[in-house]
Amino acid sequence: MKSIITITIDNKTIKAREGDNLLKVARDNGFDIPGLCFYEKISPTGACRLCLVKIKGISGFTASCMVSVTDGMNVIAFDKELEDARKTIIQLLIADYKQGCMTCETNASCGLEDLAYRYNIEMDNIPFPVREEYKKIDDSSPMLIYDPNMCIICFRCIKACYEIQGKGVIDFVERGIDTYVAPDLGDLWKDSSCDGCGECIQACPVGALMEKPSKGKARKWEIEKEETICPYCGVGCRIEVETKDNEIIRINGADGPSNDSRLCVKGRFGYEYQMSNERLVKPLIKENGKFREASWDEALDLVAEKLSGIKDKYGSNAIAGLSSARCTNEENYIFQKFIRATIGTNNVDHCARLCHASTVAGLARAFGSGAMTNSIKEFEYADCILITGSNTTETHPVIGTYINNAVLKHGAKLIVVDPRRIDLVKHANVWLRQKNGTDVAWMNGIMNVIINEGLHDKEFIDTRTEGFEAFKKVVAQYTPEKVEEITGIPKDKLIEAARIYGKAKNASIVFSMGITQHTTGTDNVLSTANLAMLTGNVGKESSGVNPLRGQNNVQGACDLGALPNVYPGYQKVTDPNIKAKFETKWNTKLDDNIGLSVVEIMNEVYNGNIKGLYIMGENPMISDPNLNHVEKALNKIDFLVVQDIFMTETSQLADVVLPAYSSYEKTGTFTNTERRVQLLTPILKAPGDSREDWWIVQEISKRMGYEMKFKNQEEILNEVAEVSPIYGGIHFSRLGVEGLQWPCKDENDPGTKYLHKNKFSRGLGLFSPVDYIPPAELPDDEYPYLLSTGRILYHYHTGTMSRKVSILNDFEPGPYAEISPDIANTLGISDRENIRISSRRGTIITKARITNKVDSKSVFIPFHFAEAAANKLTNDALDPVAKIPELKVAACKIEKL
Amino acid sequence: MIVDEIIKKYEPKEENILDILHDIQDSDPQHYLNKEVIKKVSKHLNISLSQIYGVITFYTMFSVKPRGKFIIRICQSAPCHLMGSKSLIEHLEQLLRVDVGETTEDGVFTLETTSCLGVCGVAPAMMINDDVYGNLTPERVNNIIEKMREE
Repeated sequence: MKSIITITIDNKTIKAREGDNLLKVARDNGFDIPGLCFYEKISPTGACRLCLVKIKGISGFTASCMVSVTDGMNVIAFDKELEDARKTIIQLLIADYKQGCMTCETNASCGLEDLAYRYNIEMDNIPFPVREEYKKIDDSSPMLIYDPNMCIICFRCIKACYEIQGKGVIDFVERGIDTYVAPDLGDLWKDSSCDGCGECIQACPVGALMEKPSKGKARKWEIEKEETICPYCGVGCRIEVETKDNEIIRINGADGPSNDSRLCVKGRFGYEYQMSNERLVKPLIKENGKFREASWDEALDLVAEKLSGIKDKYGSNAIAGLSSARCTNEENYIFQKFIRATIGTNNVDHCARLCHASTVAGLARAFGSGAMTNSIKEFEYADCILITGSNTTETHPVIGTYINNAVLKHGAKLIVVDPRRIDLVKHANVWLRQKNGTDVAWMNGIMNVIINEGLHDKEFIDTRTEGFEAFKKVVAQYTPEKVEEITGIPKDKLIEAARIYGKAKNASIVFSMGITQHTTGTDNVLSTANLAMLTGNVGKESSGVNPLRGQNNVQGACDLGALPNVYPGYQKVTDPNIKAKFETKWNTKLDDNIGLSVVEIMNEVYNGNIKGLYIMGENPMISDPNLNHVEKALNKIDFLVVQDIFMTETSQLADVVLPAYSSYEKTGTFTNTERRVQLLTPILKAPGDSREDWWIVQEISKRMGYEMKFKNQEEILNEVAEVSPIYGGIHFSRLGVEGLQWPCKDENDPGTKYLHKNKFSRGLGLFSPVDYIPPAELPDDEYPYLLSTGRILYHYHTGTMSRKVSILNDFEPGPYAEISPDIANTLGISDRENIRISSRRGTIITKARITNKVDSKSVFIPFHFAEAAANKLTNDALDPVAKIPELKVAACKIEKL
Repeated sequence: MIVDEIIKKYEPKEENILDILHDIQDSDPQHYLNKEVIKKVSKHLNISLSQIYGVITFYTMFSVKPRGKFIIRICQSAPCHLMGSKSLIEHLEQLLRVDVGETTEDGVFTLETTSCLGVCGVAPAMMINDDVYGNLTPERVNNIIEKMREE
């Protein structure tokens, strides 16, 4: 703890903590000292010289932003001499500044304009030579415009890019009066490595950097601002949305608990879809193969009638529901309640099956709880981070920034284990490039070294875990030599990584779908848990096992029981006491059999055993493996109802389509990847005749004879708190800006920052002996290359949202496949050439992108693009425990066209 | 090739950046740092491209454009200015048919200016590559340039 000291500013006595920044202390105590380069989120610079003060005992003026306070410091913040100096500095800045204020987007929110006004600068009487020659504006980027003539060389954008985002894309070029900001080697923005996050724009105090799509849309004083949660990935960033006339003008990062005002390109610029004229605005009913508009009453009656008919004729288990990781917790709750209570089956699942089903299964078995053990911001203070199967800077960009910070600011050791040369490899102390699907082997290998070198935490193993001896026997077989044979990882590198991880005080494992999307997904996850327990790296701050969840509310959709085996709060459907509890609360009979999972549902649709399917906000026609099979299945089904904000590849096949709200339009809660429940604010009025998802589900339920009677989402969350202990203390009124992290058992529980402190959720942590099993399908003579799929920064899931955003399309317009130079040479393929890629299940035509990001015999295809859907090729072989398909490994062949 | 060897000589530490860049530039017959070379240095030091480019363009001794075999740097500081460096620059611009900052078409000379060379006693002065020449007059400049051309 810093000691409290006393300082004096302009004869006023002030208490402060020793070492605090003088300018901040002064401003916090009401001294409005000017300053343009000072920005709390970056290190102080001292460039603009406006915050000059006099400090007793130091001659001359001192930039207060560069001073740490010490006891007894005596400061003069305002006198004539200082104010004259400040005025001169402002005049100098203005002399060099292009005064385009009348048409400038920052007019009325510009730091320099404010100071010119405050110091009553006579604009036509600047006593210095005024700039006459203007430098060239760079408006080449899809997302920003940089006008060097309005740049005051304050360093804020440069430091925001490097210190906050950890990228370092921009810096000053030239010097003195010629200085300007440019990316990379002085390139145009569009040709640079800038990924479009816009952190620099948010940091700019003047009009030098501005958002391109906002230009000319609204004056600052016409804008309304509200905060809500970003609709994209599972980081759950808090955003400030600026609107005018029910239109989004701009999105800024807000000070949320998981993002500290940081954003990525999707969060800041990915809002255009909300205003798209392709939004569904009326219920649609298909007649003779064509959709026609219908009233809500007609559409809802039809859905209720059809589902009731199927239920009566074929039984409850002939119906299934796919819930949505994009919808709120409340909507997921009501959807699974509808499937379970109204329909009477546990056939409810959602696309978490395709991403983290194995995480939930594996971590629940090892620890008793299948979620991130730590909080996002704890990454910054881990001294070792092991990232495997997560391209974090692309798929969870803001988490990527905290990892960058850990390495670049605090010197954390970084181990990357990934078959692809992902961006984070450049900061890695060790990069292990394993063959796809050999994860159990390399993790066993690392643990073999840790045990042999005595780096394991014996006390932790003795007091906190069970099953160590059986586990140890299996691991003993995985010598570095054997592991090198299986994985292709040189044994020296494996040993180096083992030592780094084994010796760390606070090591954090980060993983995502590279670990989970395998037929051995559960085994892989169990291995991560073994590794963490072996070294005592769990149950502590900055130290644990951290699966990064993909979509905005995929954690919540799981928490709220949109899974076939558990009720809300991971309470087993097979437990008679739990079932009885829900039967009482919901006042109906419930099924005690585990329902079908996503891929099983499609199989049973195909087999004719499932006749009715209700899909809320999902697009399995792109997201599921083996799409040709999915399409055949959905074409066969008796009745398909899809609820969405757009006509998707899936809703095209539906009998009824129901228009819903986007997340900018509704309230409710999302649970982000760190188990944090956050409240949404409705910012915009939804278009046309669309409705909130929960309302639609409840209306259908009522028409099927089961009334739920919720008046709003708040009431739904209150019921969740009643029936789900981990959400027991979570209510709208408690959420505020910080939200609450589950488990949160009652009204007085402040929530849980990190899990398993002192005791695992299941009591003792369970070591599992896990042996390496090869993937279901490996390259052979006919299909000689290894295919892997995944996500990229600029698009999101099936592209329904992101591909309607022109900025994101500018960055990444369409489908492609990364192939190695080796493959390209063998087949005579040149960059950007169209190629045909086939697997045993399907064929696509896409563009080749030749890169050494992929291993020599490997192909990587982003799955976002319908016109060359990677999932036509993927294997729907399942992990036997978690039922997750092996989306990360398949065999394919490539042909030149 | 030479570039790789130079880079290998230095530990990947930030503080080595100027030494590495100088060594590479000195080894280049055209006395400049091309983009590919900068990328290699960026990779070795794990410093972003923009940060290295910022350093290179900040220091006038570095160039990102190919330069001549001989780099002429005329001192612009006050004593040399008083002793007529401005007219010497004009003289050289005419003689070499280039403006300051440019390279002759044959790739032999680049004309630049510099801050004080520390030889004010023999002002006006200039430096050609590593050699300093003082007490300059247009005639003396002509002789020096002619000798260089012969080389």
